[in-house]
Amino acid sequence: MERLPSWLRQHLAALRAVVVLTVLLGVIYPLVTTGVAQALFNGKANGSIVQAGGKDVGSAIIGQKFTDKDGNPVKKYFQSRPSAAGDGYDPTSTSASNLGPDDIVDGPNGGQSLLTQVCARSKAIGELAGVSGARPYCTPDGVGAVLKVFPDHAVSVNQACPATPFVATYEGLKVECGKPGEDYAAGRTVPVRGEAGTPAVPADAVTASGSGLDPHISPAYAELQAPRVARERGIALDKVKQLIEANTTGRTFGFMGEPAVNVLELNLSLDKA
Amino acid sequence: MSTTAAGMIFIVSLIVALGLVHKPLGDYMYRVYTTTRHNVVERGVYRLLGVRADAEQSWGVYARSLLAFSVISILVVYGMQRLQDKLPLSLGMKPVTDHIAWNTAISFVTNTNWQAYSGESTMGYLVQMSALAVQNFVSAAVGMAVAIALVRGFARRKADTIGNFWVDLVRGSLRILLPIAFVGALVLVAGGLIQNLSGLHEVTTLTGGTQGITGGPVASQEAIKELGTNGGGFYNANSAHPFENTTNWTNWLEVFLLLVIPFALPRTFGKLVGQVKQGYAILAVMGVIALTSVLLTNVFELGGNATVPQAVGAAMEGKEVRFGVSDSATFAASTTLTSTGAVNSFHDSFTPFGGMMTMFNMMLGEVAPGGVGSGLYGMLILAVITVFVAGLMVGRTPEYLGKKIGAREIKLASLYFLVTPVLVLIGTAFAMGSAEQRASMLNSGPHGLSEVLYAFTSASNNNGSAFAGITVNTPWYDVALGLCMVFGRFLPIVLALALAGSLARQAPVPAGAGTLPTHRPQFVGMVVGVTIILVALTFLPALALGPIAEGLS
Repeated sequence: MERLPSWLRQHLAALRAVVVLTVLLGVIYPLVTTGVAQALFNGKANGSIVQAGGKDVGSAIIGQKFTDKDGNPVKKYFQSRPSAAGDGYDPTSTSASNLGPDDIVDGPNGGQSLLTQVCARSKAIGELAGVSGARPYCTPDGVGAVLKVFPDHAVSVNQACPATPFVATYEGLKVECGKPGEDYAAGRTVPVRGEAGTPAVPADAVTASGSGLDPHISPAYAELQAPRVARERGIALDKVKQLIEANTTGRTFGFMGEPAVNVLELNLSLDKA
Repeated sequence: MSTTAAGMIFIVSLIVALGLVHKPLGDYMYRVYTTTRHNVVERGVYRLLGVRADAEQSWGVYARSLLAFSVISILVVYGMQRLQDKLPLSLGMKPVTDHIAWNTAISFVTNTNWQAYSGESTMGYLVQMSALAVQNFVSAAVGMAVAIALVRGFARRKADTIGNFWVDLVRGSLRILLPIAFVGALVLVAGGLIQNLSGLHEVTTLTGGTQGITGGPVASQEAIKELGTNGGGFYNANSAHPFENTTNWTNWLEVFLLLVIPFALPRTFGKLVGQVKQGYAILAVMGVIALTSVLLTNVFELGGNATVPQAVGAAMEGKEVRFGVSDSATFAASTTLTSTGAVNSFHDSFTPFGGMMTMFNMMLGEVAPGGVGSGLYGMLILAVITVFVAGLMVGRTPEYLGKKIGAREIKLASLYFLVTPVLVLIGTAFAMGSAEQRASMLNSGPHGLSEVLYAFTSASNNNGSAFAGITVNTPWYDVALGLCMVFGRFLPIVLALALAGSLARQAPVPAGAGTLPTHRPQFVGMVVGVTIILVALTFLPALALGPIAEGLS
C-alpha cells in the first residue's frame, strides 16, 4: 500500500470504505432491523393485513376503491377519496395528481382541469347522497365556472357546445359556450365564484390524496354517506353511526393530525354486523 | 380543538422536543468528533480500509479523500442499479435505464435524493437497502465531516491540518446516525411502517377487485432518510404513503428526525470553538428564519388562497386526511428548510404562496437549519459574509471567532455563495429556452415555470423535493439536473474545506474594542438580514414570474 502513488491509495481506501460501510449499513443494519421488527411487531411489519372470511382482503392502512367493475360506487359500502394512483388505489403506482391550485381551464381536447374534476366529483357525490353538490366556482352542470374574456364577447370555456353557459352575460358581453378544439388562450381568464355557500360535500371527498392510497375519509364525509349505507343495508342509521365512531382515530395527544375514519375497517365491520 | 390551534401546538411541541435534545445531542456529537479513542469496530474498519486513523490531513488531502469516496460511491450505486437483475432481491425488476441510474447515483451520493424514478416499479430491495440507503448514511456523514472540518479551521491556531476524513466519516455514520436510525426505525414500525423482504402480495378486495400490497425494508430506510436529511422515498408517494408514514404521530416523529441533527449541530460548533454562546447565535439565526417560514407556510395553506382551494373549501388536493392541511404545511416547510426533500403532501398542488415558501426555503441555500452538516457550514459562510459586510461599514478588517477574514477568505466565501444561484438560474433559463424541455411541464403558465424553477432549485441545493407534475425522467433533465447536483454539492464543499485550511493556518487575533461581537442579538439580526437580502436580490425576478404572478392573478 505505502509504495503506491497517493492518488491511487486514496481511491483504494475509498473503494474499501464503500464496501465495508455497505456491509455494515446496507446489509447488517436493515437485516437486524427486519429481524427485530418481525419479532416484536409482526403484524405491522408485514403490512397490517386484514382478513374477511379467512382470506386476506387488503391492508388496514392502505385504501381501496369500493366500486363495481364499471367503476360505479357500490352503494352499501362507504366510498374512499378520489385517487391518482394508477386506475385508483394501485399500490404499485402510487401518485398524487400534481395539478396546480389554478388549474382551472380544461384542455382543448377534453382533458379535465383540476377545477372541473372537483366540480364533477362534487355533483356526483351530491346526487349519490341526495344533497346539493354545488360549490363555489362550479357550474350547475358540474364543471369549472371559468370565462375567457375577449374584447367583444366571453366564452365559458369548460362548457362545451351545445351546453348553455352558466351565465348569459358578463359585464355586458354575451357569453358563449366553448367550441371544442378552439384555442382560447388569448382571452383573459376569469373564474366566477357564483352564489354557492359552504358546500354540503366535504373537501376530502372531492380531492385526490398525496399517496393515492389514503385509507381515510373525514368524519364529515362518513357522516354524509351514512344514511345511504344504512338504507342500502336495511340497518338503523344509529348503528352505522356507532360503527363510524368505532373506526375513527382522533388526533394523537389531542393535537397531531386530523380525525380520520378508516374506510376499509368501517366497511369490514359493517359486513360483520 | 380547531385545526389552526392543533397545528400551532404541533409546531410548539416540535420546538420543545428539539430544545430538550439540543444540548445532550450537541454535546454527544462534540465528544464523537473530538475523542482520541477508537472503538473495536472502528479499529477493524480502519484496518480494512488501510488508513492510519491517527494521521491528520491537510485540507487538500481531506478534500481529495472526500472526492475519491464520492466518486467511487457514484460508480458503485450506478453499477448496482445497472446490474440489479443479476443481484438477489431484485423482484424481477429490469436494469435501471442508464440516464436514470446516473441521475439517481449522483442524487443519493450528493444527499439530494431527487427521484427521477418511481421506487415501487423501478428498484429492487437490494438496490434500495444496500445502494441507496447506504448513501443515506454516508452522504449525511460527509456533510457533517465538512461542517466539523470547517469549525476546526476556526478553532485551531497555526495548524496545517483539519482532521482525518476517514475517521470523521466512520464516526459520523456509526456513532451518530446508526444508533438513532435503528431506534427510530423500530419506533416507526410500532406505528405501522412495514419492514419485511416479501414481494408483492395480491389480494382480492371487498368488492372483488385485485390489489397488489407491496412489501419492503421500508422503516429502516425511512428512519435514515429523515435523520440524514436525504428524503428519497422507498415509494413514489414518499412520506405520504401509509407504509412510509402511517399515523399522525409517525408524521410528527419524521418531522422531528429530519430537524434534530441540523438544530443540534450549532451546539457542537459552540463547544468546538470553546464559546457555546457563538453556537446559540447561529442557532438563533436558524430558528428565527425557520419558525417564520413554517408559520408563513401554514398561513398560506390554511388560507387556501387560489381558485381550486376556494372551490374545494380547503387546500386538500395532494394531502392526506390523517395529517390534514396544517401538519402537511409544517412538514413541507421543514423538509425544504433542511435539505431533506421528503414529502408527506404534494407541493405542486399547494397554494401559489405556500408552494413559493417551499421554493424560497431552498433558495436560502439550505441553511436554516439546512441539511445534516451542510446547513452548519452554509450558515458559517453566511456569518463570514456578514462580518465582512459589517467590517466594510466601519472600515475595519473583519474578524470572526478571532480569525481575520482577509482577501482569500472572502473570495472563497463569495464563490461558495455564488455556486447555487448560477446553477439554478442558468439551468432554468436553458430549460425554458427549449420547446422540448418546456413540454415536460404538467401545468401551463406561471405554474409551469414554477415546476422548472423548483426542479433546478431543488437539485442545485441538494434538496430533492419536487413540484412533481413535471416529467423529468428524460435524458436531458436527468443529465442537466445531475450536473446541478454534482456541482451544487461538491464545489461548495471544496470551497468550504479550502476556507477551513486557510483559517486553520492563522493565529487568532485577540478581540479588541473594535471587534464586532458575534454572539449578540444584533449580530443574529444582521445574519438574518444578509441571508434574506442576498436571496431576495438573486431570486426575486424568477419568483415574480412564477409563484408571485400566479398568486396575484
